[in-house]
Amino acid sequence: MTTNPVPFARVAPIPTAPPAPPPPEPQRKLFIELEKVTVSYGKGETATQALAEVSLRAGEGDFIALVGPSGCGKSTILKLVGDLLKATSGNVFVAGREVGAQDVRIGMAFQNPTLLPWLTIRDNVMLPLKIVQPFRADWRQKRKTEYRDRAEALLAKVGLKDFGSKFPWQLSGGMQQRASLCRALIHDPNLLLLDEPFGALDQFTREELWGILQTLWIDTKPTVLLVTHDLRESAFLANRIVVMSARPGRILVDEPVAFARPRTIDTTYEPGFTNLTHKLRTLIVEARGAAGAT
Amino acid sequence: MTSVKTEKIASAALIVGVFIVWEIACLVFGISEFVLPRPTQIIFTLVDRWPALMPHAVQTLYTTLVGFALGVSAGVLIGMLIGSSRLAYNVAFPLLVGFSSIPKVAVVPIFVLWFGSGTVPAILTSMIISVFPVVVNMATGLATTEPELEDVLRTMKATKRDILLNIGLPRAMPYLFASLKVAVTLSFVGTVISETVASNKGIGNMMLIASSNFNVPLVFAGLFILAGLGIALYVIFSLIERRVTGWANRKTEFAMG
Repeated sequence: MTTNPVPFARVAPIPTAPPAPPPPEPQRKLFIELEKVTVSYGKGETATQALAEVSLRAGEGDFIALVGPSGCGKSTILKLVGDLLKATSGNVFVAGREVGAQDVRIGMAFQNPTLLPWLTIRDNVMLPLKIVQPFRADWRQKRKTEYRDRAEALLAKVGLKDFGSKFPWQLSGGMQQRASLCRALIHDPNLLLLDEPFGALDQFTREELWGILQTLWIDTKPTVLLVTHDLRESAFLANRIVVMSARPGRILVDEPVAFARPRTIDTTYEPGFTNLTHKLRTLIVEARGAAGAT
Repeated sequence: MTSVKTEKIASAALIVGVFIVWEIACLVFGISEFVLPRPTQIIFTLVDRWPALMPHAVQTLYTTLVGFALGVSAGVLIGMLIGSSRLAYNVAFPLLVGFSSIPKVAVVPIFVLWFGSGTVPAILTSMIISVFPVVVNMATGLATTEPELEDVLRTMKATKRDILLNIGLPRAMPYLFASLKVAVTLSFVGTVISETVASNKGIGNMMLIASSNFNVPLVFAGLFILAGLGIALYVIFSLIERRVTGWANRKTEFAMG
């Protein structure tokens, strides 16, 4: 990786406070920083505020889950970090630079599969290799060989082994979403932005993909921001769970998750795990209630 | 599958039926061939005069194709320019609508004035008549691209050019082909109009001369040739369209091929 040295690196380590000490968390370089970020959609009287002075920091290689009631601006945070949206006020830094200026490979999976209907599943998955450097330089030589195999291997991992030549509209919604996850992963991103990537999947496929994502994260340690509605999912995958309030989104709680890795599905039935998800659930119910009252 | 077959048989039967009714009506009511010749007479004339008709048909086809090619190239470029930015789209559209609402027949005398009679004004008329549907459809196809699809590439730090090549253009293809099918038939109209007004070659000119000689079957033979050429080009573009943009119609044959 050729990440630029972070000028204000070495920020306090992520608070982990493990109850039963897991392997010690490495001290992380600051990777993502949101500084009092406010985002409003629309102008004047009709403007809706999606985020209100949100500050959030993520270290390099961190896995953060964003949870909260719907419409609380979770996806907005992803869009800010992915440079798809400009903050109305406040600053967003990625890898120590203004967002957009940094040299970071981003892999993003959206709420909808957003596959290109004129490309086969395989070509859709290979799209980042065609666009993103350094893969782009070898696109012509390798697209029929190495890149193709790479795409097929990844598709096989998510259970789409024989579907590479199909078109997106020939696949079910869940299969499309898995393909879209492959597209987010194929170019070894060091920043993964996942917007409810498992939303349309059945529970078993979902749990299977949690495992795949966890393995991948342990292997290559990208920084991950995951938006989800599923509290089990957030507690299974993340190092930190950030709970947000109803609109305009604020950060209510920043909860460390200290279960040892690799976590298994059995982990999710342990008392510590259940306690955590229960606690989160209570927080979100309160957040929703507060929004209803005003 | 059977319903598709039935439809095809039915539409073929309809075409044959129209000709039969036409033929019988002419015979029963004793319609003179100076008013409305029978289909058999027309086809006979077509075959009989083919050596003389052939050069005219080639001339018309050539003029149309050159004009059409120029029109489509210009249309695609202008359409890309207008469709790639919301500002350009909003600013340029009124002018475009103004231009496209000018009856194209009216510009033929101007072209003749500028370039003399012959092939050049015919090519230009054919071009100008086919340009507008292409521009409008191309621009619409680009301007209506789903922002989500562009976002996919924007997170990869793709350049504007990448986005145009990988999202905009493929996305606009179904729109482009829809306009090509319209434009190619319009192109014939443009050529024939211009040939009628100012040319000594082409089907349009041939029909004009034939009608002044009251050779009505020959006029109709000219019409048949035009219809044949028009259908042929329409079919060719439909076939290309099906191969290129089958995804837009969720065509299974596209997927297999």
